Amino acid sequence: MNAIILSAIWGVVLMFCSVLIKNKGVYRHIAALGLLVILAGNIHETYHGSFFNIDTHEMLRFSRFGLFFNTILLAATLLYVLLSGRDVEKAGGYVAEYFTLIFFVLCGASILTSFNTLLMLFIGIEILSIPLYILTGSDKRNLRSNEAALKYFLMGAFSTGILLMGIALVYGGTGSFMLEVPRSAIMGGYKGVSFLEVTGLLFLLVAMSFKVSAAPFHFWTPDVYDGAPSVFTSFMATIVKAAAFAAFLKLFEARVGDTSAAVDWKLLLSIIIVSTLLIGNVTAVFQQSVKRMLAYSSIAQAGFMLFAVFSLNDVAKEGLLLYATAYSLATIGVFAVLIKMKDVTFEGFNGLARKNPVLAATTTICLLSLAGIPLTAGFFAKFSMLSAVIKTGTYTWLVVVAVLFAAVSAYYYFRVIQAMYFKEGDAQTEEVTGGFKVLLIAVAALVILFGVQPQALLNWFYF
Amino acid sequence: MIPVLLILIPAVTGLLSFFIPGAKGAKVWALISAIATLVVALYGVCTHKAAVAGVDASWLPAMGARFTLSMDGMARMLCALTAVSFPLVFGATYKNEYDKPGSYYALMLLLQAGLMGVFLASDALLFYFFWELALIPAYFLCSQWGGEKRIAVTFKFFVYTFVGSLLMLLGIIYLHGKTADQSFALQAFYSVKLSLTEQIWLFWAFFIAFAIKMPVFPFHTWQPDAYEQSPTGVTMILSGVMVKMGLYAVIRWLLPVFPEAVAKFDHLVILLCVIGILYSSLIAIRQDDIKRLIAYSSIGHIGLMAAAIFANQQIGMQGVMVQMFNHGINVIGLWIVADAIEQQLGTRKFSQLGGLAQKAPGLAILLVVMAFANIALPLTNAFVGEFMMFNGLFRYNVWMAAVAGISIILAAVYTLGMVQKVFYGNTVAATEHATDSSFNVKLVLAILAVGIIILGVYPQPVIQLTNDTVQAVITKIH
Repeated sequence: MNAIILSAIWGVVLMFCSVLIKNKGVYRHIAALGLLVILAGNIHETYHGSFFNIDTHEMLRFSRFGLFFNTILLAATLLYVLLSGRDVEKAGGYVAEYFTLIFFVLCGASILTSFNTLLMLFIGIEILSIPLYILTGSDKRNLRSNEAALKYFLMGAFSTGILLMGIALVYGGTGSFMLEVPRSAIMGGYKGVSFLEVTGLLFLLVAMSFKVSAAPFHFWTPDVYDGAPSVFTSFMATIVKAAAFAAFLKLFEARVGDTSAAVDWKLLLSIIIVSTLLIGNVTAVFQQSVKRMLAYSSIAQAGFMLFAVFSLNDVAKEGLLLYATAYSLATIGVFAVLIKMKDVTFEGFNGLARKNPVLAATTTICLLSLAGIPLTAGFFAKFSMLSAVIKTGTYTWLVVVAVLFAAVSAYYYFRVIQAMYFKEGDAQTEEVTGGFKVLLIAVAALVILFGVQPQALLNWFYF
Repeated sequence: MIPVLLILIPAVTGLLSFFIPGAKGAKVWALISAIATLVVALYGVCTHKAAVAGVDASWLPAMGARFTLSMDGMARMLCALTAVSFPLVFGATYKNEYDKPGSYYALMLLLQAGLMGVFLASDALLFYFFWELALIPAYFLCSQWGGEKRIAVTFKFFVYTFVGSLLMLLGIIYLHGKTADQSFALQAFYSVKLSLTEQIWLFWAFFIAFAIKMPVFPFHTWQPDAYEQSPTGVTMILSGVMVKMGLYAVIRWLLPVFPEAVAKFDHLVILLCVIGILYSSLIAIRQDDIKRLIAYSSIGHIGLMAAAIFANQQIGMQGVMVQMFNHGINVIGLWIVADAIEQQLGTRKFSQLGGLAQKAPGLAILLVVMAFANIALPLTNAFVGEFMMFNGLFRYNVWMAAVAGISIILAAVYTLGMVQKVFYGNTVAATEHATDSSFNVKLVLAILAVGIIILGVYPQPVIQLTNDTVQAVITKIH
């Protein structure tokens, strides 16, 4: 509750700041302060309860998992603002508004981690998405940014339509918007699984797959990620995606059990996972721009995160927490460096290690984490996803496929490392401050900390 | 405490080495670190067993992984090999100049830490950690300081091994789920009950990972290129110590865990090994490059060791233990000679060399010792090991042993051919003004030569050291 309310309030505060404070450099400090406040509020709620006592009529339910997920999202956003806040100022003319929109996205995200009715799911997704359409188009004199925003908006609107239809059909089938409907309470005393409910859930599957950019509903991702200003791509690829996954997991955890007699969800999801891994990884191999490569890599990583939705057990839940953390940390780190590069193709990274060893070393650690090499957080993230699937006892072939694609992913991540370390070149970067470097080192240190001792993160969760 | 020190000394000194600016400082630092590790390792090998009992600490309680290190005979022997190799390599390449020396020696020391960890870990997840950690420094070392085609070649090496390791990881996760107490401990893996079908699948998942590392035919294609393109100091470690990871892992993690699958496939694996032995020996004869010749010769030797492991005879296994150590020091000796020639003359091609013995008699004598060891002539250390391995193979299958035996002749052909082409005959343009190699190279080679002869006459210490592991493995399988 704290996160939802405070982030909405802080968004409004920032909006007024744009009128009252003319110095653009101040906004990011206000944003960082706001994130600290919300983070503190959320942690307080996790252990001691909310500041606000509002009866939500069971439309929202604040579980330990959801609150902890909020903490991860907020901490990642804080890190993001600290690392790339300066670059938000360069994205366009309306700096305070951009930060405002980021806070509104967070508001949507924290609804998604706590929704208990399908209506709140819909509202959460919309609050999350609409600011993103604007952020994508924030570089308004750039045609590609415009195109990306329009594409994202049209496709997003379309998927919202499907989401709504799904919700309506589920309502038709069960007579309730609640996430979990006891079978006995279904209208007319019908004990089986109704056709409408199943169809509705299939629609929801499609809509959620769209939001997490799983194939074959991923087509918007590369263009939008590539066209949007890099600083917002970083935000979309990490925090937003993680929030969408939390919602996806929550929705399916509640619904799959009842309807598995009618639909083989595991089969459907395995098809989605394999095609996501295939398209994401194979296409990423052929990219010439690191930014576009990262867009495809985010599709590929989504394939791995879908294993949590696939296996739906305790290991999967913990795994998603780890994966969201590991993936967000590493991607924010890589993007923070990418934003500073003058040339975002692979050639643009040539010789970075000689010019700026700190940037190269931290990027390397983040890339190793994305590839899932031991001693980095990414390893345990992938490890727990694979364990979760093996634990289900079925579809063991799926992990073999996943592992082979993990090997493919090493190819394109290592291309960046090769460019930075082993190729001759003159990598041009914008000016980098000492504080930025310190933060990058902190990110790398966290990646390694969670890679040696992932328990450090999970202990918090269980505390 | 000793196992922890063996990993910690190189790891910490390695990380610090990144910040050493000058070449001289980095070299001295690395040498001091390597000697310190050697002292600890020798202490660990020599003292009574109870004093170096393993370490067992909590690591990831929720997953059932523990930080467990233990030192049985085989682990001691391989730790000793690792500890001996690094000072020798640093000593022999002391005069070589590397770009960014601090990072070079840092990565070398981290590689040593990874290797030590692989040999010491007795928790599967920890083992996997170190298995990969040994790979990453090697990747950077070869790609940064190697030859012309280094980037592509090293990447091939990396991808091969990475695919193998991932398959192994799947196997580990699966086995973890099957253990009684959901742990990764070696003993838990030993006592897990598996059906034959499960064993077969898991056998291949593990075997491919190890076969790539060793390498066994037909998984060897990365190896000659990688050895050729890597900086020679790294090649020494790759072929002297790193390939032992594969052999070690088969003995520790494969044979005792999947005995039925091993019994089913031992014939096939030995056949692959024998093909590899002959194939690589024949190719070695045709090589024109010293490094490539040694690389192919190494595939042959490793193939024989792998065959002897799968033959499952006590004497053969004992021979493998002896030979793992001996092959390590012999091949490092050969690489040192190759490096000395390349550093001085700037070429490794036989066609551009000749008559070097007139100019560098000291080097020539030492090379001949190394060459004899490579052919496994009696009185050299390799004779003992190869004799025992052939003995084991012979007991398993006469025909296999006979065919593999041809490689002894082929080894003599290519090794003596190399000696002849490089050192005898008349001098050519490249060797006209050659001088004898420097003191440090000769010193290291002399130490190796003494070691080769001592272990050739009196191999008992190695046999005794590793006897417990051999007994344990053999009883586990039969």
